[in-house]
Amino acid sequence: MMFDVDIDKGVHSRERSFRLKVSFKSEARRTVIYGPSGAGKTLTLQAIAGLLQPDAGRVAFGEEVLFDAATRVDIPARARRFGYVFQDYALFPQLNVRQNIAFGLTSGLLNPATDVRDEAVEGWLSTFELTQVAGQRPHQLSGGQRQRTALARALANSPRALLLDEPFSALDPDLRQRMRGELDDLLSRIGIPVLMITHDREDLERFGEARIYLQDGSIAQP
Amino acid sequence: MGSAWIPLALTLKVAAWATAIDLVLGVAMALALARGRFPGRDTLDAILTLPMVLPPTVLGYYLLVLVGKRGWLGGWLYDTFGINLIFTWQGAVIAAAVVAFPLVMKSARAAFEGVDTQLENAARVLGLPERWVFFRVTLPMAWRGILAGVLLAAARSMGEFGATLMVAGSIPGRTQTLSIAIYEAVQAGRDADANILVGVISAACVVVLLVAGRLAPGRGAP
Repeated sequence: MMFDVDIDKGVHSRERSFRLKVSFKSEARRTVIYGPSGAGKTLTLQAIAGLLQPDAGRVAFGEEVLFDAATRVDIPARARRFGYVFQDYALFPQLNVRQNIAFGLTSGLLNPATDVRDEAVEGWLSTFELTQVAGQRPHQLSGGQRQRTALARALANSPRALLLDEPFSALDPDLRQRMRGELDDLLSRIGIPVLMITHDREDLERFGEARIYLQDGSIAQP
Repeated sequence: MGSAWIPLALTLKVAAWATAIDLVLGVAMALALARGRFPGRDTLDAILTLPMVLPPTVLGYYLLVLVGKRGWLGGWLYDTFGINLIFTWQGAVIAAAVVAFPLVMKSARAAFEGVDTQLENAARVLGLPERWVFFRVTLPMAWRGILAGVLLAAARSMGEFGATLMVAGSIPGRTQTLSIAIYEAVQAGRDADANILVGVISAACVVVLLVAGRLAPGRGAP
């Protein structure tokens, strides 16, 4: 069993009250959670990553329990070893591409130097064709380059799985098509397990080896 | 001109100490207010902002009640350590620090709230311990706003009059800061002295404000 998720979380704000109650298991190398915006997809992904604490339930990956309300297990996000690609990429604006990719390789007080040299980082720069722009800041990049930087940053940390939050939604349609192909090839090449959330049916068709449908905070039938 | 040096040096000393205290306490409190979720948060913010709107004489009176020899904190300090803050330059530091505190806290809180929490989350999933998330992500993105507030606080501390006069008095060479020396000079009809002192403090405040304006968020790249 790869992802074994059973979470219950109430989210309350002045504007809305929302209950997320999601339970699924997936053995597949590629799992897609599909649903309209507001269905609770990002909350689910954050709970798996350890960025959101469920009120009740259990999250496990493989043999390892990451969260269990009953036994008070809650591994912090930093120790869960997932690569997370945020919807808007969440690249560090004050750091260049190379520093962004190297960010997770040092866990001390200081950010990597602007000219940090690291074989793994150089490898990811070339894999994602980012060597030319390695010294640039995120705001100077194109949408596709930004997405590749976010992917490279997540992968440089040698994660055990990738969590992708709407990875193509920030791209224009032509580019979206191309990046889908690129990601597909890359994932086949490195063979890392992936959990993707999306509201785009084409992502579901392309990456959904296992498919989970989410609506109003709970699993729905397709 | 010679007579201006002693109050100028004292003013700079008092302002430096007051600003340093405000930097530490103001940033810590701003972080708690910006990121913490606790009841009474807005009330606490309002109380800590009071020095910005209360008349300095009212603040001075509160401080006398608090740190005077018969005040509950001052009494304890005097009985236990033999420390007396009234009519000392340290008393002037406390008065200036209290008056200028909201300037640091307000700016720092706005700066922290302007930092996208998603970037902090990105650092967490990349394996960064919580304490370094602050130094590597939050602070680099918020320092401009904090520094602008600190400079305003420095300028405000340098010009402090009312609360300082009540707590520290006007002892030449010991607690007579520039703004108090100006008042004394005018009262005594020493117009030439007053002119020099007014020129010195105006120039110092203009410099501080120019620097603060350059650092304010929204000017140039972050």
